[in-house]
Amino acid sequence: MDAIASNAPLVVFIVIGTIAVAASFLVVMMRNPVHSALFLLLTFLCVAVLFVIKAAEFVAAVQVLVYAGGIMVLFLFVVMLINVRHLPDEKMTTSYTLGGIGVGVAIFVLFFAVVRTGAYHDEAPNAAKKLTTVREQVLTQHPTDPNKLVRKWRAKDNRNAEAIGMALYRDYLVPFEVASLFLLVAMIGAIVIGKRELSALEEETAPDYMLERVETEKEVKDLVNAN
Amino acid sequence: MTYSYLPILILLFVAAVLGAVFLSLNWILGRHQRNPSKLSPYESGVPLLDENRKRVNVRFYQIAMLFILFDIEAAFLYPWAVIYRSMISWYLFGEMLLFILLLGVGYVYVWKKRAFDWK
Repeated sequence: MDAIASNAPLVVFIVIGTIAVAASFLVVMMRNPVHSALFLLLTFLCVAVLFVIKAAEFVAAVQVLVYAGGIMVLFLFVVMLINVRHLPDEKMTTSYTLGGIGVGVAIFVLFFAVVRTGAYHDEAPNAAKKLTTVREQVLTQHPTDPNKLVRKWRAKDNRNAEAIGMALYRDYLVPFEVASLFLLVAMIGAIVIGKRELSALEEETAPDYMLERVETEKEVKDLVNAN
Repeated sequence: MTYSYLPILILLFVAAVLGAVFLSLNWILGRHQRNPSKLSPYESGVPLLDENRKRVNVRFYQIAMLFILFDIEAAFLYPWAVIYRSMISWYLFGEMLLFILLLGVGYVYVWKKRAFDWK
């Protein structure tokens, strides 16, 4: 029992990591794109668990909020936008398969060479020093009167969200502000591309799905009666 | 510290087992009828108006995109709020103000372009 308890993170890592790899494999194997998207969701959630194992709780929470919550919705909408009805029964292997495997192996070797065990463990340079200034308010016993409690500031152990906050808002301020510019660009781009008015010529040649089509109540009724 | 998340893991495990048990019980005990009306989406006999795999309006995508962008903005606010509580300073306040103002420009643009209007 003790052996299991002490190795719990390893066991969880193996189980969750296996599920993550299997799910991401199924993402590319599934014929139905919606199924692929759901397996991608499973992969995201498994990666969130892996983040928790590495004591990166904030990243795990963001993984669930942004990736599993937001980006999955976007993927599903894209799947619905392009509207793949039936994928033809194509072969799973093509002439590109060998090249694809080669590129995959090459990237794996690159990752393996760069992200070695412990390569990033001791690289929190000045962040660690600055972090000691984080304080928290605690209730402690009054020094003379035992029936009283006083609020006190004391240095606090570094927490995950705080460590990220310190790094982001003090050491890497400019990248953080640039990130807001990127978000702005994405926001405007989505509107510009999506809200484009079609010219008269485009409207004529555009396929049906690009044109606005609102079904009136009458049309729906006709459809029901037809059935 | 990571051990404080153990209850979530146990919850996930119990949920998975529960779901598997219900599905397999249904499979073992239930009768298997595979006629067309049984397999139709609405078993009560209401015919479908349309197929489910239809091309949706691009507006759904736009709304989802805007949702993600503001979602990310909110995600940036969490670590800021945590350190702002312990070290209140104009510096921290100003940088977050700049961040929100920059995104506010986009917000006003989106609003003026009527992307929030469904009509």
